Formats: sequence, C-alpha cells, structure tokens
Amino acid sequence: MPILWLVLIVLALGAVGYILGRQRAMASAGGDARHLHSLPSYYGSNVAIKAVVPALVLMVIWLLVQPVYINTHVSGMLSETAIPDNSSRGLVMSEVRRTAEGLSNAVNQGLMTEEFATSARADMADVTQRLKDAGQIVTSEVTQPIMRAAQEYRVLSSSLQLYMSIAVILLALLGAAWGLRESQKDFRARNTVEFSVRMLLIGAASIAILTTLGIVLSLVFNTIEFFRLYPAADFFFGLNWAPSFSGRGGSSDLGVLPLLWGTLYISIVALAVAVPIGLFAAIYLSEYASSRVRSVAKPMLEVLAGIPTIVYGLFALLTVGPMLLKVFGDEGLGIMQAGTAVMTAGLVMGIMLIPFVSSLSDDIINAVPQSMRDGSYGLGATKSETIKQVVMPAALPGIVGAVLLAASRAIGETMIVVLGAGAAARLSLNPFEAMTTVTAKIVSQLTGDADFASPEALVAFALGMTLFVITLGLNIFALFIVRKYREQYE
Amino acid sequence: MYDAPASEQKVTQNTTKIAAHKVQVFYGDTHAIKDVDVQIEDKTVTAFIGPSGCGKSTFLRCLNRMNDTIDICRVEGDILLDGEDIYDAKVDPVQLRAKVGMVFQKPNPFPKSIYDNIAYGPRIHGLAKNKADLDEIVEKSLRRGAIWDEVKDRLHAPGTGLSGGQQQRLCIARAVATEPEVLLMDEPCSALDPIATGQVEELIDELRENYSVVIVTHSMQQAARVSQKTAFFHLGNLVEYGETGQIFTNPVDKRTESYITGRIG
Ligand SMILES: Nc1ncnc2c1ncn2[C@@H]1O[C@H](COP(=O)(O)OP(=O)(O)O)[C@@H](O)[C@H]1O
Ligand SMILES: [Mg+2]
Repeated sequence: MPILWLVLIVLALGAVGYILGRQRAMASAGGDARHLHSLPSYYGSNVAIKAVVPALVLMVIWLLVQPVYINTHVSGMLSETAIPDNSSRGLVMSEVRRTAEGLSNAVNQGLMTEEFATSARADMADVTQRLKDAGQIVTSEVTQPIMRAAQEYRVLSSSLQLYMSIAVILLALLGAAWGLRESQKDFRARNTVEFSVRMLLIGAASIAILTTLGIVLSLVFNTIEFFRLYPAADFFFGLNWAPSFSGRGGSSDLGVLPLLWGTLYISIVALAVAVPIGLFAAIYLSEYASSRVRSVAKPMLEVLAGIPTIVYGLFALLTVGPMLLKVFGDEGLGIMQAGTAVMTAGLVMGIMLIPFVSSLSDDIINAVPQSMRDGSYGLGATKSETIKQVVMPAALPGIVGAVLLAASRAIGETMIVVLGAGAAARLSLNPFEAMTTVTAKIVSQLTGDADFASPEALVAFALGMTLFVITLGLNIFALFIVRKYREQYE
Repeated sequence: MYDAPASEQKVTQNTTKIAAHKVQVFYGDTHAIKDVDVQIEDKTVTAFIGPSGCGKSTFLRCLNRMNDTIDICRVEGDILLDGEDIYDAKVDPVQLRAKVGMVFQKPNPFPKSIYDNIAYGPRIHGLAKNKADLDEIVEKSLRRGAIWDEVKDRLHAPGTGLSGGQQQRLCIARAVATEPEVLLMDEPCSALDPIATGQVEELIDELRENYSVVIVTHSMQQAARVSQKTAFFHLGNLVEYGETGQIFTNPVDKRTESYITGRIG
C-alpha cells in the first residue's frame, strides 16, 4: 500500500475518532456541555491525537529502519565471490537496489509480469534487455547473484511494507479506542490536549537542534576520515592547493592556506565597501532623514538583501568585471589580466552586504535613548558632535556585532566568488588577480565525479568544518557583543 | 490675565534675564502654550508648577530652543535673553544652549567615564587651554555638583555605574561645567529618593549665587523650599506668576488656590 494512502487512512481514522469522541463525551454529560470538564472539542481532539500520533510515529520509525534491515539482510546474501575485484560491497548493493527498482518499474509499466520479475533466473541477457527496453538503465549485464539479491530485495520490501500498513492501522484503531474509552464527562481532556501540544512544540525544537547536531557530526566524521588519508599538518599549513583527480593517492596538494587567504582577502574588500557605506547610510537614515525619506529609503535599501546571490554573481561577471578591466586592464593601468578578480568579487559582495550593515546599525542607533542626544544638545553640542561623541560610542558594541555578522555572511558566500573571483587558488597580494575561496572549492571538489572515499572529495568536509568553526566563532563573538550591549540600556 | 500685585515690584531688585512675550507653542495642531508672558530674573530660582500636561516642560524647552529637535513643534512670539531674541535667524541654537544649560527629568549620563562626562561640554566649546586646565574644570564642576567627594577616587569609572541620585548630580555638574548663564531643570528630583532630593535642592540654592535657575517641579513643597519666584501653569496658560511666598499663602487666581490646596491636579 503506498505511503500516501496509509497516511490518509490514519488521518481519516483520526477524523472519525474526533467526531465519535465528541459525541460520546456529550452523551456522557447528558447533552449539556456545561457538565463536561472540558469543551467538547477537547474530547474529540484527544481521540484524534491518540489515533494519529502514535501510528504516524510508528510509520516514520519503520520507514527509517526498514531499508537498513533489508540492506544488511540482502548484503549478507551476497558472497565474496559476487563482488568484482575493482568494486566494493557498497557499489554492488547500489546495483542491487537499482535492479530491484528497475524490476518494479518494469512491472508497473506492464513490460513484465510479476511472475517473471520474481522468478526469472534463466536468461540474464533477456532480463537485461527487457530492463533496458523499459527505460530502466542497467549498466552491464545483470549477473546471477545480483539478480537473485534484487529479487530477494523486492520480496522483502513488499512484505515488510504490508506488515507496516497492518501495524500502523492497528495502532491507529487501538489509539482511537483508548481515546474513546476515556471520553467521559469527568475526564480532563483539556489538560491532555495541552500536554500533547507541548510535546509537539518540544519535538519541533528538538528536531531543529538534532539536525544541527547531525550536520556537525557528519562533518566531524568525514573530516576525521579525511585526516586519516591526508596529514592534518599538510592540510592546515600547506601553501599549495593542487588537487589531482586522475592519479589516485599521494599526488594531490591540499593545503588550505591559499583558500583561507582568498576567503579573507575577498571578505576584507567586501567589508571595506560595506561597512563605511552601510554605516553612513544608517546614520543618515536614523539621525538626519525625515520620516518620509526614511520610510521610502529604508525598504529600498533592504531590497538589496532580497536579491539572490546568483544575480549578484552575474552582475560581477558581466558588469563589474569588464568595467574594472577597462580601467585596470591592459588598455588602462595594466595590472589586471581578466575580469574575474578579488576586486570584482569583493566589490559586488560589499554591495550585497550594505543592507545587512545599514539595517542592523540603523536599529542599533535608534535604540540609543533620545535622552542621550538631548543631554548632548542641551550642552550646546552640534548634531555631528553628538553623533560622533555620544551616539556612536553608545552604539559601537552593537555596530561591531552587526559588522561581524556581515563578515560571517561574506566568508560563507559562494556564488559571487565562483562567478566573480575565478577558480585559481593562489597566495598573492594583488587584488586584481583571480583567487578563490573555501566555499567555492568545496563546490568544485564535490561536483567533479571523484570517488567519495578519496581524499580529493573528503577534503570538502575538512574545508566545511574549518569554515564552520570560523563562522561559528564569529557569530558567537558577535552575539556576545550584541547581548552585552543590550544589557546596557535595559 | 496676570496682574502683578503692587508689593512684588518692590522686592524685585534683580535684572531681568529672560523675557517672554506672547509665546505660543504648537505640536502639529495641538496648542500647547497659549499667550505666555513672563520675566525671569537673574540670580533667582524660578519654579514652574502646574498639573501634568499643562505645558511646563514645553515652555522650559522653548527657553533654550530644545524644541527645535522636535519636528512637529512650532514656536511663536518673542523670547529675549539679555534683550536679544533667541529665535532670531542670526542666533545659533547650539551657542544658545551653551549659555542656557539644561538638566533633564531622568538622569542621562553619557556611556563614558565620569571625567569624560564632565569634560564633554568644555571640550566641544574649547574652554580648557590644556589638560591641567581641564582637570581643574572637572574638579570644580564636580565640587559644585556636590559629588566630588563621592567620585574623586573613580573619575575614570563609567558614569552609568553611579546611583540615580549621584547620576543626577553628575548631570548637574556636567551642565555647570560649560559655564552657562541660565540653568533649566525639568523635574530634576522626580527620579530621586528624599536624601538625594535634599542634596540636589541644597545644590540649587548654591547655584543661585551665579546663575538664573528655572526649575519645573511637581512638588509644591519643593517649589516653596527652593524658589523665590513661582509661575503656575494651567492648560497651557500662565495663570499666575509672583513671589513664591505670596503664591503659596495668598494666591490671586482661584485656579492657583485650588491647585495648591489640592483640588485640581
Ligand atoms: N513631543 C510632543 N509631541 C506632541 N505633543 C506633545 C509633545 N510633548 C508634549 N506634547 C503635548 O503638549 C502638552 C504639554 O506637555 P508638557 O509640556 O510635557 O507638559 P508638562 O511638562 O507640564 O507635564 C501635552 O498636552 C502634551 O501631550
Ligand atoms: Mg514635563
């Protein structure tokens, strides 16, 4: 039974349970809702929750466990001889899965009978041909062990699927029955529902936290795996980034320093653009602009933040790069070779960051109490003296926080770099040369068709981990500063 | 509206520092101050009393053009400081405020050290020739603010770390440091406990030797204790203005009497 149907059936049971629970509670109170402990709808909800939630939880767990179980079971069937020398158990298993899927699809399209799919063991060439006809691409000829494993795979998964449907529906019915039994007028349905709501909210919060944890753990494990294949010292202190995809092992140089330098350099250029412009814009908006100008200008500035970064990337590639090339290239000062350069990416990224800095700083400057300004004006200070000597110092910690947040955005930015800064990893001081960053290299290491177990691919995780640690540190530092600043006026 | 009793003219020996004539203030369409005429004397403490929202703060803020910082506020009429119209186009409000200092209802020390709080005004107006000079101004101002003994050992600690009463005296010292001629105080004691209030009141009495002080207060006892002249505002009108003793013992207007005896407020 398809999962969608199963879910719909469980939900329908829940809906029926709601109506029945409500009626039963009303009946127990002699039809007068005032004699009930809770509003009638709470009794209904109680039954619906008890029917739906455990059943769906069971279903999700089952769906998570089932493939693992099938995998270990089927993979145990494969003998060592069935695995070719230049392959691994994992690769053969994925072929088994593909074949099993192919068989199912072929049956669905009517190109094979179910019997043929489950019994065919004679002519492997015929099976392969039929699968190919069905559009289920099978690389080489399907071998006997793989075919058998695939058939076992299909049988196992369809029977498990059936057991699951039965178990889930049964559990839903049991839950509904339990809820219905409870639907008496003195039952505290409201408190029970309240408890469920709390659990739901806690669940949502934990999923968010657990996912983050999961991401970090997967990064950590893969990073450890990488350092087993490649010395950590060479990674952290290597001055050369030259991955090779052809020759396996040994021949790649995977030093992170050129990438970190590129990241840092581009971020610095970006912040050098964004911080002064953003800050001055914020000061203008919060201190000088009339409320009419402000109400128009602030949203306009914030529109910049809504532009997808790929559009900024195109802007860098097609407009800013050629423009810089005209001034600094061979026809001009002669210090720029191509449109893609640190300067190009930095300038465009700076433009992207302006609204971050300005909008956060504007809020922070507005949070400086008016009494501070009054005090300064009352002593005969001018507007700019007041801003420079009272408002800015008071807002400074918050502004530093805003800048750090912008910095961690800059460090994590990818698209603008890919299109604007080029792909060459190098250690150079010339801002008109092409360079690349950690994020851009993560993309290129994983989009090639490298083996996922090779250091050339695993290095992406080490790069990601490095980046994660840096931006996490920056964010924590920024939050710490912003919070400290908040306390000052509360 | 206001008829000066004959007796008042005799006691008035001091020269007029600020003269307001037919002052009107509008916040957008709200008419907050109506036709106010008043003469504030030099070296005198003048108290503004009246129920909340009657326009005491608004009028006070006209005297150093602090209302300029409010977009919707419009002031009409003449206000003369030493005979010069402060709303004249030639007058720079920034320089005016150096001459007419202000202390606010809520203590508002800058998030800087105690020293820098006091030195702020002298620095922007270039009152000190050198560091030693500035040190001297800071010490003198803190002494005038009656807070020197409490802070002399921690001049470089933040001003925001002081208690409320200390903060308010710091703000008074800060206002005094720029050597103003008039000091405006908007309910300077409303956030203070009785002891701190007593200290600030004593301070106001001392300041009278050098300055003309205008104080807005909610407490009639306070007005009676510290001021020589009292002005009673009601619904944007200046109802009665005269010697403090006379206002409190023998008010001319019925509204003043009702307010003082607690019937309107
Ligand atoms: N910034 C402002 N914007 C608009 N109206 C104001 C503003 N400040 C004061 N008002 C109005 O002006 C009137 C007088 O206020 P205020 O001078 O603060 O009274 P007081 O200090 O005597 O309590 C009040 O009605 C108040 O609502
Ligand atoms: Mg007031």
